[in-house]
Amino acid sequence: MERATVLGFLLLLGARGGSGQAALKPPQDSLREELLLSPLPSGDLAATFQFRTRWDSELQREGVSHYRLFPKALGQLISKYSVRELHLSLTQGFWRTWTWGQPHLQAPAGAELWVWFQDSVTDVDKSWKELSNMLSGIFCASLNFIDSTNTVIPTASFKPVGLANVTDHHLLRYAVLPREVVCTENLTPWKKLLPCSSKAGLAVLLKAERLFHSSYHSQAVHIRPICRDVSCLSISWELRQTLTVVFDTFSSGQGKKDWSLFKMFSRTLTEACPLASESKIYVDISSKDQGNKLLEVTPAPLSVHEAVVLGDRRTYAVYDLLSPALFNTSRSLNVQLKWKRPQDSADLSTPVLHAQRYVSGYGLQTGEISTLIYNTHPHRAFPVILLETVPWYLRLYIHTLTIITKGKENKPSYIHYQPAQDRRQPHLLEMLIQLPANSATKITIQFERALLKWTEYTPDPNHGFYVSPSVLSVLVPSIIAAKAVAVEESPLFTSLFPSSDGSSYFVRLYTEPLLVNLPTPDFSMPYNVICLTCTVVAVCYGSFYNLLTRTFHVEEPSRGGLAKKLANIIRKIRGVPPL
Amino acid sequence: MAAPLVLGLLVAVTVRAVLYRSSLAAFISDRVEVSSPLSAWKRVVEGLSLLDLGVSPYSGDIFHETPLIIYLFHFLIEYAELVFMITDVLTAVALYLAIQDFNKVVFKKQKLLIELDKYAPDVAELIRTPTEMHYIPLKVALFYLLNPYTVMSCVAKSTCAINNTIIAFFFLATMKGSAFLSAVFLALATYQSLYPLTLFAPALLYLLQRQFIPVKVKSKGFWIYTTQYAALYLCSLVVIICLSFFLLSSWDFIPSVYGFILSVPDLTPNIGLFWYFFAEMFEHFSLFFVCVFQINVFFYTIPLAIKLKEHPIFFMFVQIAIISIFKSYPTVGDIALYMAFLPVWSHLYRFLRNIFILSCMLIVCSLLFPVLWHLWIYAGSANSNFYYAITLTFNVGQVSNVKSWATLGLNCG
Repeated sequence: MERATVLGFLLLLGARGGSGQAALKPPQDSLREELLLSPLPSGDLAATFQFRTRWDSELQREGVSHYRLFPKALGQLISKYSVRELHLSLTQGFWRTWTWGQPHLQAPAGAELWVWFQDSVTDVDKSWKELSNMLSGIFCASLNFIDSTNTVIPTASFKPVGLANVTDHHLLRYAVLPREVVCTENLTPWKKLLPCSSKAGLAVLLKAERLFHSSYHSQAVHIRPICRDVSCLSISWELRQTLTVVFDTFSSGQGKKDWSLFKMFSRTLTEACPLASESKIYVDISSKDQGNKLLEVTPAPLSVHEAVVLGDRRTYAVYDLLSPALFNTSRSLNVQLKWKRPQDSADLSTPVLHAQRYVSGYGLQTGEISTLIYNTHPHRAFPVILLETVPWYLRLYIHTLTIITKGKENKPSYIHYQPAQDRRQPHLLEMLIQLPANSATKITIQFERALLKWTEYTPDPNHGFYVSPSVLSVLVPSIIAAKAVAVEESPLFTSLFPSSDGSSYFVRLYTEPLLVNLPTPDFSMPYNVICLTCTVVAVCYGSFYNLLTRTFHVEEPSRGGLAKKLANIIRKIRGVPPL
Repeated sequence: MAAPLVLGLLVAVTVRAVLYRSSLAAFISDRVEVSSPLSAWKRVVEGLSLLDLGVSPYSGDIFHETPLIIYLFHFLIEYAELVFMITDVLTAVALYLAIQDFNKVVFKKQKLLIELDKYAPDVAELIRTPTEMHYIPLKVALFYLLNPYTVMSCVAKSTCAINNTIIAFFFLATMKGSAFLSAVFLALATYQSLYPLTLFAPALLYLLQRQFIPVKVKSKGFWIYTTQYAALYLCSLVVIICLSFFLLSSWDFIPSVYGFILSVPDLTPNIGLFWYFFAEMFEHFSLFFVCVFQINVFFYTIPLAIKLKEHPIFFMFVQIAIISIFKSYPTVGDIALYMAFLPVWSHLYRFLRNIFILSCMLIVCSLLFPVLWHLWIYAGSANSNFYYAITLTFNVGQVSNVKSWATLGLNCG
């Protein structure tokens, strides 16, 4: 017994010594880059870039000073503000789910930032404010406008997508700036965070003049902790930088539906990023009819990958930039897609879930926000969590909330409503609504428009005020069940959200932002208004003062003094009667 | 005397019932002249549904009613229309009974002064006879019930009607000479809308007069009575506020109700002067002008008390008028209350110099309010200045009106 403990102790020492040597080695990090080209049912093409840096280090615990692939700016941010998860997206345009199909990762128009903090943070609001200001500097976006009037604390919608053992929702903050525009100024710092920057690998295709000439441009940064290995004893940090762009047949394609890398990006690929462990291009060549292919891809792909993505079985042509066989025939790779036959109705698939939102009503006093959610699944019903953030100056009346499905009232099983406080906090409405199969649900709520102080209007007040898009978080039941595959082996676009089983997939949809007009005072009138109102008050005050302090007493007519005598003499000379 | 009053009540109730069932009810409820952020019925319903959802109604900035209203309407929400019709009826009956008592007092005083030969000979035409004073209470009740402002206020279910009822009961209690009831109703009125605090002075003066205690600073009896009345008032106020605390177990209602009344954060247009003034105010001076405007309501009390200590009921009328004009969120319901008192001094009517211009001003402005609102908010062809101008004119008319009556009352009283 004693010998066993001594032996165990010695072994432990030995192991300690070994790990002590291992601690001197810098933590491992790896980069995978990927481009997914998916032709959309409407003839447009969506290109999704993903750059995933994985860093086997526990940032908070070990004092890290050596950064290799993981950008230092973000690493320092995570350790300084004790961030658990960070998701920032800058988007221009709107993903049209009805015509383009379900998105892999949608982002709302404008800037969106949501952050989970570690439970060690004591003052979350202060950390949130400082963090948004730092990110504003890093990404050259006006994220410093994020304050308490547009930040909310969702209770059910934004669950952590990475590892999490604490889910106290008071550690979560969510803000959207729908008015924010995205431009080259935001793309440049985003590209700088990539290990190869825009000099090698897939990032050479990211040319601003082509990327912003599109219907939809969304760039995002996602940081989350993940399990280092299957046993999940230690964590690694994962940074995903995604960029989704949709090229329009008419503006980018000049009316022709054939696409190529050169046509889209005005560049071709010559090499993979030397720092990447994996660099691949996936082209979606799925077609419903296996014999009659829809799309022809040149050069011929070296391999084909099949997977169940978003509940659908899809086939991808794979180009591995790291394989030497790819650049055998030519020095540069220009993937070309040609349509072999026009699309027919069998190829077009309706998305299982899509939503739209609009404002109705007339005049500047009241209005109504209506959200329509469509469930086109033929026989499965599923619940959806709807999050609405409405600014305080549109006063919502929760007693006017009605949810109607198929002509009958549909009561939500969970409602969380936090009313707004003037100039401090927006409205927050979260509901869990059950959507029956093959139905359209209409959610309406009435509001009243407030008159603001003249300094609270933007310089262009008649443009209107933006209402952030509402968020739908859903576990959509898949039509085809997916097999569980290890994250490291599967393509990046299949491992965006953790899935517990293959029977459903997670989708986060955003609706359109709304533009609402408010009544405005006349901005040229401050001095006039102050004068006129004070005059009315003074009229009252003066009248009452006069009334209350005036006393009446009888006055004897005065005999007159010297001046009167003089005046009478002059009057006699003139021949006028005396005073 | 009771029969004409009952007939008047029936007519008033019928008019209101008819309007409730018509399509005008929705239109009137939305009018900003009739419902303010403090008294709108929509907000009462919103507060009650927030309570049903488990959220405190005072956690947002929608609900600014006192917990008393929550207590009242939690059980009576189904019968809201009936409640508002009954409050109007109660106000009218209270005013009727109070003015009856007031007439008796006036007549007794007049008889005493005639016997003491205090009147000058050429004032004979001002001496009032019982016959002409017989119909004044009925006129007061009908003035209140059939005033279009009151009818609109009732149809819109504005809680201003409840405020008016409490003030009317306070007036009745004061006329009857019951200091305790007077203090309780005054505390309720102050609790509901804060500004009736200024009615403490006229009520005190009247009760002192009734007890034949002279109003002299050196008199001991004066101070004893004043402290008694003040103590009754403050104690009832404290009790009511503590009862409100126990409804939701929080003091949240105090900043939500009184903080809201005093700091005027909501700039929804109404018939008062505050909204546009603070919409166009430079941020730096905002606090200063809020204080100035609030002091403006309260500071007429002392000078009026000194000057009008012989005529406390007239003082009360002037004070109610000043509150209705200068409070932070006035509505036409408040105006209807002081207009109901006008028949009491109808014997002075022929001495009013510009009654025609003033009444035209008020009527035209009342008609122009909805027109210019529509042009600004719905048609988009006017802007906020048009509505603001009518607000100004209306308030100037009201102020001149009150000033004319005050002049007459002071001089001829």
